[in-house]
Amino acid sequence: MDLLFHQILSGLATGGIYASVALALVMIYQATHLVNFAQGEIAMFATYLCWTLLQAGLPYWVAFFLTVIIAFIGGVLIERVIIRPVENAPVLSVVIVFIGLLVIFNSIAGWIYTYTIKPFPSPFPEKALFDNSFIGPHELGAICVTLIVLALVFAFFRLTPLGLAMRAAAQNPESSRLVGVRVGWMLALGWGLASAIGAIAGMMVAPIVYLEPNMMGGILLYAFAGALLGGIDNPWGAVIGGFLVGMIENVVGMYLGTELKLSVALVIIVAVLVLSPSGLFGRTHVARV
Amino acid sequence: MSAPILQVRQLHAQYGATQVLHGIDFDVKPGGITTILGANGAGKTTTLRAVCGMLRVQGEVLLAGERIDGKPTETIVRRGVAHVPDGRGTFVHLSVEENLRLGAYTRRDKDQVAADFERMYSYFPRLRERRKQQAGTLSGGEQQMLAISRALMLRPRLLLLDEPSFGLAPKIVRELFDILGEINRAEGTSMLLVEQNASIALRVADQAYLLETGRVVISGSAEAIRNDEGVRRSYLGY
Amino acid sequence: MPTVKTSLTPTQIGGMLVLLAIACLLPFVLSNYQVFQLTMALTYAIALLGLNMLTGYNGQISLGHGAFFAIGAYTAAILMDKANWPYWATIPVAGLVCLLAGFLFGLPALRLEGLYLALATFALGVAMPQILKYKGIEHWTGGSMGVVIVKPDPPNGLPLNQDQWLYFFTLAWVLILFVAGWNMLRGRVGRALVAIRDHPIAAETMGIHTALYKSLTFGVSALYTGIAGALAAIAVQFASPDSFGIFLSLSLLVGVVVGGLASISGAFYGALFIQFVPNVADNISKAAPWAIYGVFLIAFMYLMPSGVAGLVRQTRQRLARKRVAAPAAPAGRDDVQLPITGKEAR
Repeated sequence: MDLLFHQILSGLATGGIYASVALALVMIYQATHLVNFAQGEIAMFATYLCWTLLQAGLPYWVAFFLTVIIAFIGGVLIERVIIRPVENAPVLSVVIVFIGLLVIFNSIAGWIYTYTIKPFPSPFPEKALFDNSFIGPHELGAICVTLIVLALVFAFFRLTPLGLAMRAAAQNPESSRLVGVRVGWMLALGWGLASAIGAIAGMMVAPIVYLEPNMMGGILLYAFAGALLGGIDNPWGAVIGGFLVGMIENVVGMYLGTELKLSVALVIIVAVLVLSPSGLFGRTHVARV
Repeated sequence: MSAPILQVRQLHAQYGATQVLHGIDFDVKPGGITTILGANGAGKTTTLRAVCGMLRVQGEVLLAGERIDGKPTETIVRRGVAHVPDGRGTFVHLSVEENLRLGAYTRRDKDQVAADFERMYSYFPRLRERRKQQAGTLSGGEQQMLAISRALMLRPRLLLLDEPSFGLAPKIVRELFDILGEINRAEGTSMLLVEQNASIALRVADQAYLLETGRVVISGSAEAIRNDEGVRRSYLGY
Repeated sequence: MPTVKTSLTPTQIGGMLVLLAIACLLPFVLSNYQVFQLTMALTYAIALLGLNMLTGYNGQISLGHGAFFAIGAYTAAILMDKANWPYWATIPVAGLVCLLAGFLFGLPALRLEGLYLALATFALGVAMPQILKYKGIEHWTGGSMGVVIVKPDPPNGLPLNQDQWLYFFTLAWVLILFVAGWNMLRGRVGRALVAIRDHPIAAETMGIHTALYKSLTFGVSALYTGIAGALAAIAVQFASPDSFGIFLSLSLLVGVVVGGLASISGAFYGALFIQFVPNVADNISKAAPWAIYGVFLIAFMYLMPSGVAGLVRQTRQRLARKRVAAPAAPAGRDDVQLPITGKEAR
């Protein structure tokens, strides 16, 4: 029973990371109706940049925030330079561009940093909180960071004029132009934010899974599953979905071992989706014929 | 007489390979209401979209003497042109208040914006009651009021209205147009009104143009056209 | 919208015969390894036609078709290795097994649209290698080591070596399957598939049994891909779990899009791309070949968002227009828009 409890708690920790990446995916999806398959690799690359800064001697939190800023700028640039030329292309063609980006980032990371796994430091203290045996210090710290980030993002979207403009641009680009919102730049900002969130997720997960170019693959998949589970058009749903997936993954792993963990978790999620096709909290679209 | 707030010269527009506007000319006097009438497919909505920069055009569109044709919509909006599109273009998932706030998105004078909220609520009290409500749940008439208010939050020099009477009960339409007239008198907002409902449009406008398949076939003062039975019967159907 | 030509002009038939003649001559002028590469490209072409039926013509996206490739490969390998079947008999069986598997997968998939279907098929693609390694069926599948099979010999009397024979054997299957596919897609079936893709509700109201068609399309698409897998296993002489990972499924998707959605010729362009471009990328940069591959992908999508077949079609139209000097062609939708976004078809 203790073990189950521990697995659920650490499932929440990884779930928080899935929730962040899921949120990043949903943000881009809401604005563009596209899922950014390259999100994970961008996050991984940003984490490597942080590692480089740390190797250069910068203190952890300085490197952390610098990486977040660089990731933000990078995301904006990618949208403006690489995605913009194909914004009117057929959907699957844009998906191929995403796959191309994915492969480029992965390959360049492998080339620059090699494929040997590297340890990545955790900024949180060594000792567990109150010496508890249920949840380690980094896992607790990761959950806290995730929650802070999510809270900031929600506050941004709900309370600031720019956040309002971004929501408007995602929902109704044409009307947004009519009130003077520069929709193209809102899109770029969305990418920037998504990349920044992804970078934070990467830096939180690297101490757990170790830094290597393929570290985000499984995470992206779980985040995608979490976003769909919660309903792809619903940011809250994405977050809850991410946490759920984290817990499902760990519980399944507990009973079936790590080999089958990925497949079984996915199968469970797909089964849920077959029963509830637009996800647990998604809007059922009523289509006008 | 001061220069027109909007001058359109030899405007051509097409969707793909289909030519919709074949070189139209019209003016909007400052502080005046000009109406463009015509049947479905005459090109009325296209005209408004062309003024707003939502499609590529040939010809000239001048706002207070300055060329705005070819400029992106976001820039034209910042020059003071607000467009109430057909179908209202409400942000259905946002609240009434958020819709209005978006109307004022480009304004620098944030302190005045609060006062403008009050003004909109005083023109349309029902919006105040529903201000936290999701805009998509409002009735058709209320959404139209919201759309007009959102446009007015810009404090525009020129207000474009695309078939505001569409789908509304006659009583609501009369109320709406009375308020439009009041706004025009009180604030001096120039208006370009596109309508299928000719009778109500002619009552509130001072200039009128009639479009037929992308060409202006009749133009004149609204009063003259209103009183011309021949024109009314053959072109406007009443 | 791009639909299948209902009949071919004499020029086109002539052109195809020329290409066929060249294809028959190639094995005698190329090295054995190059012939093997072409054989693999042919198997990919079959797989891509299968996937294109499902994704291009019917609008059901699949990120897991590598799984059917695997099932076909393993069926052939197990029959040859454990039951001593001759290689040529395993092909139809592999196809039928995959037809069933695809149909069964297509049934619950009916409830899933767009992205959700993408995830479900992705899960299938990810799960397949692990299923293949599962200890319970190790006796048949050989676990992580897979199944090794013997390279077949050409029939007695023919002056061909093994690689050349396999090439012609595969080519024969390509011809059979492509002609069959063309027949299916240019008739009622093809129109029904496209109708379901573009306007599922309207299709249903016109009497098209959407659910049946969609599941069957999954099945037939899997059949094609399974046959391709079987042929590939014979050419490569083994089937092992790690060759059928998610990367294969993604490659197939890349092949379909780069080749051209809803296009039969696209299958060939796509097959050539996924077989040879990784080699080209490797030659350009040993250090980061996949980065070069990624750049190729992005460049291709910039230059020809409708795939190679789309570009060929547009060029032909433009040339035809210049010659005839007809009034401007109607602004029709030339690109296939799949219902996996919220955007309305324009």
